[in-house]
Amino acid sequence: MPARAVTILKVVVWFACLMPLALIVCQAVTNTLGPDPTAAITHATGFWALRFLLLTLAVTPLRRLSKSLAWLIRFRKMFGNYAFFYASLHLLTYIWLYSAFSVPTMLADIEKRRFITVGFAAWLLMLPLALTSAAWAIRKLGGKRWQLLHRLIYVCGILAVIHYWWIVKPGDRSPMNVTIILAVLLLARVIWSVWHARKHTSVPAAA
Amino acid sequence: MLVRTDKPIPSSEITPESAYLNRRKFLAGAAALGATAATARVIGQLVEPATHALANIKLQIIKSPYSTSEAQTSLQNITHYNNFYEFGTDKTDPARTAVSLKIRPWTVTSEGLCKNQKAWDIDTLLKYRPQEERVYRFRCVEGWSMVIPWAGYSLSEFIKACDPLPSAKYVQFLSLADPKQMPYLHSVHMNWPYSEGLRMDEAMHPLTLLTFGLYGQTLPNQDGAPVRVIVPWKYGFKSGKSIVKIRFVAQEPPTAWDTQAPNEYGFYSNVNPNVDHPRWSQKTERVIGAPLFHQTKATQIFNGYGDQVAHLYSGMDLKKYY
Repeated sequence: MPARAVTILKVVVWFACLMPLALIVCQAVTNTLGPDPTAAITHATGFWALRFLLLTLAVTPLRRLSKSLAWLIRFRKMFGNYAFFYASLHLLTYIWLYSAFSVPTMLADIEKRRFITVGFAAWLLMLPLALTSAAWAIRKLGGKRWQLLHRLIYVCGILAVIHYWWIVKPGDRSPMNVTIILAVLLLARVIWSVWHARKHTSVPAAA
Repeated sequence: MLVRTDKPIPSSEITPESAYLNRRKFLAGAAALGATAATARVIGQLVEPATHALANIKLQIIKSPYSTSEAQTSLQNITHYNNFYEFGTDKTDPARTAVSLKIRPWTVTSEGLCKNQKAWDIDTLLKYRPQEERVYRFRCVEGWSMVIPWAGYSLSEFIKACDPLPSAKYVQFLSLADPKQMPYLHSVHMNWPYSEGLRMDEAMHPLTLLTFGLYGQTLPNQDGAPVRVIVPWKYGFKSGKSIVKIRFVAQEPPTAWDTQAPNEYGFYSNVNPNVDHPRWSQKTERVIGAPLFHQTKATQIFNGYGDQVAHLYSGMDLKKYY
């Protein structure tokens, strides 16, 4: 894909990623969030955080499928930052609507409720990734170290899915879809490295 | 298209004695009502052809002193925000999927430790006692609440008719579990049929309602048609829906959520702001239908019914028997 087309597409996608938020704000203003607006906002922001996280994780495996998809890498940072953005809104709904900014309530929740513990941990781990998402951070940290740090996103993905399983009632299997998608995206990396390592060792042997 | 599989109940069959005495006036009223209902149904079909599972049959009801005067949750919210896992785990699912529930013919079987073991026809039960309107607070364990004008009569009336033996200490309620009518029975991992239970004194308490309707009409499918139990001082899941068996037993019966997650749900499950659920603080509740920043209010012990029911638990450690 030509560089200019990618740039234009990036602008379009950047605005498109704001649409879920626009919809929530629209519904809040017109009072059409449904019977339980607090829960509706919480679910929407949580779902979008998870969707963007999976989208970020999908970039690399998709790119490896074909050289013609190399341009996808230019969207990874945007998706990652949007994942953090919606995760932060999700956290804000908890702090504001559920805890009413009460620090003791929040501390008690983090200690007692395991879904809150892992959810909060996932957000904390995303924080350094969002802070070092810009190009200067890669230069400053050096490519190797930056990459190592950003592997934390795998942990974030796993924690986010555990968070989802722990909030639904036992027996409810609605988090199954995202669990399978995450498993496929992580497994694709394992398969690729094994295959890649074998190719590298077999090349000198053939030569 | 509105799919109606059940035969409508002739309104004369569900007239309580008191109203029946006033027959002439009633008949005129009924004719007017019938015409209005028929017209409303036709208009309803034109305006909203996509169905939601409303049973829509008017009940003759009398007022009850047990009602609260608090603002009632809208019929729209009561019928579109449901936990009924046999019809899906999303709260918007049952309104769409519960149309497949067949509520006629329907029988409720009384069995176990009682002298009068039999299959009761739903239409016999419906007119067994006058239908009272009971406006109750309804508190879900997930931390939200509604105020609902139910219709029914005290479960104690039915229990007396079953003539339980002195050895019957508990009452178990079993819901329908038919995969042909309940599309999510296989995909949700629970021990079906849904089972709930009460201690005999809880079941005999006048507040415990054998429930046939809400907002003056027979129960919509997604709210547990054609008959359910309502125990207003306990979390919502204690109030079984679409009941087919009422069993009198000597021991505490297994209940659905206690079996599913014993560390999360106890047998008693009385509304109690001082006992936390592992996932939800029970100190406050979100009022369904209230605006975004005015949703939260404090939860009352026994859901505000402490004056009537606290004596049932005197001497019990409510933190242990949660």
